[in-house]
Amino acid sequence: MHIPDGYLGPSTYLVMYGASAPFWALSLSRLRKTLKSKMVPLLAFGTAFIFIIMMFNVPIPGGTTGHAVGASLVTILLGPWAATLATSLVLLIQALVFGDGGITALGANCFTMAVIIPFFTWALFRLLAGRSFSRSYWVPIAGGISAYISLNLAALATAFLLGVQPLLYHTAEGKALYAPYPLSVSIPAMGLEHLLVFGWVEAVVTVLALFFIQRYDASLIALAKKE
Amino acid sequence: MKNFKPFLLAILVLAILTPIGIYLPEKLQAGDAWGELSPEDLSQEIGYVPQGMEKLASTYQAPLPDYSAGSMNPYLAYILSAILGVILTGGLVFLLGKVLTRREH
Repeated sequence: MHIPDGYLGPSTYLVMYGASAPFWALSLSRLRKTLKSKMVPLLAFGTAFIFIIMMFNVPIPGGTTGHAVGASLVTILLGPWAATLATSLVLLIQALVFGDGGITALGANCFTMAVIIPFFTWALFRLLAGRSFSRSYWVPIAGGISAYISLNLAALATAFLLGVQPLLYHTAEGKALYAPYPLSVSIPAMGLEHLLVFGWVEAVVTVLALFFIQRYDASLIALAKKE
Repeated sequence: MKNFKPFLLAILVLAILTPIGIYLPEKLQAGDAWGELSPEDLSQEIGYVPQGMEKLASTYQAPLPDYSAGSMNPYLAYILSAILGVILTGGLVFLLGKVLTRREH
């Protein structure tokens, strides 16, 4: 889901920077008001977790690879604005230091992974488990379901961005200038691999992490009710 | 947060295990993520390098591309990249968090 430089044309990547910028600004201003200093270490660990879990590439034998993102977990622990900030910073470091995801595509990658995932996870988890107590067995399950759906929506958005490129930018002879595959290829390709494999990876990571965190200190789960 | 030793331990264990993330794909002959092929690999698939992509793809060269470091053993470089990334991302957010919560003091 880390779109590299060269796959999105200039008007697309500029629009996507424009789409992510308000979320960056709002996350800083919201966190300035709501973040408690005792939560800062948890936010730092959550961010490091997002970075490291993305290094575990899961192969589809003979096919592509994908990985969990971890942004759903951070959303359930610290809220969507914290997850936007954490995931965006991870994507920035990945692009600058490790060439994972493009610099021009950073706005797009932040929109799919640092905006779509946190806010859909937040809405879905609140709907499914907002009234559950933080120690409930339902909390990790609801977290897993929210993570599965959110990751798939982010993959769909990435497939859409890539798939519209040949429509937006092509030569007179019809050759693509940037990402070459049309929507009819990108949507099924990315959709299926995330529905069948990578969505489950994200769900399992989220369920396991929440399960262990519940046993360690259930009060860390911000989106569930305190006992 | 009672104390953060278990979290630190979890991150360290994960860092040491990260080479699984390059070993398994190699073993099972899985390639890049969909839509992330290099221009050269893409041209093998579609027969040409898109003109705009050719220009944009070289916009920026990262110092440790794909979590590797030149001729260093790829598994070792992957673990060191994991540790560097954890320090950079966790450290940046920690400092930013301190700035954002300054009002409390």
